[in-house]
Amino acid sequence: MESKKEIGPVLEIKDLQKSFGDNHVLNGFTLQLFEGENLVVMGKSGSGKSVMIKCLVGLMQADNGSIRIKGQDITVLGQTELDLLRTEIGFLFQGSALYDSMTVRENLEFPLRRHKHKLNITGHTEALIVEALENVGLADAIDLMPAELSGGMQRRVALARALILKPRIILYDEPTTGLDPITAKEIIQLMRSIQKKYGTSSLIITHDVDCARVISNRIILLVDGINYAEGTYQELIGSDDPQVKAFFKH
Amino acid sequence: MNNLRSRLFMTQSLRIVERTKAFFTEIGDLSFFAWRFFREVFTRPFEFQELLKQCYHMGNRSLLLVGVTGFILGLVFTLQSRPTLMEFGAESWMPSMVGISIVREIGPVITALICAGRIGSGIGAELGSMRVTEQIDAMEVSGTNPFKYLVITRITATTLMLPILIVFGDAIALFGSAIIENLKGAVSFQLYFNQVFDAIEYSDIIPATIKSFFFGFAIGLVGCYKGYFCKKGTAGVGEASNSAVVYTSMLLFVIDFIAVFLADIFFEI
Repeated sequence: MESKKEIGPVLEIKDLQKSFGDNHVLNGFTLQLFEGENLVVMGKSGSGKSVMIKCLVGLMQADNGSIRIKGQDITVLGQTELDLLRTEIGFLFQGSALYDSMTVRENLEFPLRRHKHKLNITGHTEALIVEALENVGLADAIDLMPAELSGGMQRRVALARALILKPRIILYDEPTTGLDPITAKEIIQLMRSIQKKYGTSSLIITHDVDCARVISNRIILLVDGINYAEGTYQELIGSDDPQVKAFFKH
Repeated sequence: MNNLRSRLFMTQSLRIVERTKAFFTEIGDLSFFAWRFFREVFTRPFEFQELLKQCYHMGNRSLLLVGVTGFILGLVFTLQSRPTLMEFGAESWMPSMVGISIVREIGPVITALICAGRIGSGIGAELGSMRVTEQIDAMEVSGTNPFKYLVITRITATTLMLPILIVFGDAIALFGSAIIENLKGAVSFQLYFNQVFDAIEYSDIIPATIKSFFFGFAIGLVGCYKGYFCKKGTAGVGEASNSAVVYTSMLLFVIDFIAVFLADIFFEI
């Protein structure tokens, strides 16, 4: 990881601040994600994890601070540049966010409509869609509607959609929330295998300690809108800090 | 007692001020939404495929409802008017009266109100549900402008489809009216429609057609606005769908009044 640090981060957040009226959600949050790294951000519900990740992809405007993805500050980018940069980022939403009026095939085709050129595709996208679905073990579900899939299958299809443009960075917003323990483990294994296969960098937002233990290279604990603690799983689990202890030793 | 009354008065006044403020804020936001539509509608990329799909959904799938309503409207309108016209010995005026009323006013307004219920609420619920389940966010993150893909296509589709639906509804209503005249007054279909087309002038058709585009625009605009900015939760989706119909219906009557007022100036109707 040291050599990767010398190259510089693929994603960097500096002093991020975001408030909703008097509710100060982020108070100077800072983060660096390096190439090939799995960074987990943990925190209680309502601690600002989802707000941070939405600021990261431009779904929310931060009040202050800078967000640099592959060296580009997203807070100053125009819409076209931002859309282009977004093709470098895959986003797995908490509730999967599959387009429920489209089939699985159409869901996966959707990101390709405007960005085929990124993958140098001129004709049919079928092979790419089948490959993405095979990666998540759901090639047979290609013509099904999202409503016909279980929660775990929906999450897998959402992951396939996030991967279809071959992004360098994948953002996971609560990837195991709402799933039974067995399906949650399958999703975590899938995340690991995808990371291994494509060498992507992952930022994982979760409060699932098991998920963090299995997948993380590094963990940041987000409390009151700031980086409260940072380290590997082993370092944090051995911490004497009462807030860190409360989070990990349940 | 006086103290209590003045406090009650103050509370009520504050509530009225808050509601007025909220109302004007809503009007401002809706106007900004409309301005954004005009700013982006002529810029690339164009979503023609989605536009055609929406035209099909809104146009073709509303035909039955608009047709049935128009047919019953023609039947009822003629049945209700016959006794009064007969009383004055003016039943021969029936085709002209029904034709002008339907083409100029009743047809466009009734069809627009039906479409506000069917299409406007549908758009509000669909976009609201997409907002709540983060589908709109997912679209944005995948590098597609959701405003262009969802909003511009839907508003354009309603603006283009409503005039067609209105012409269709008018035709069916006149056909319904002709059936009653044929059964009750022994007026042939040919005579009935000859009289209708003799009575209708360009000053009836042009303002009605122009306002039908505005009706379509209003239905799409309010439905999209309510759905796009839907509050979280299933209650928010219900509210988006419901308020889309209520606001659109009110807006349709305002547009109708302005259209009639302007037509009166320009065409001396």
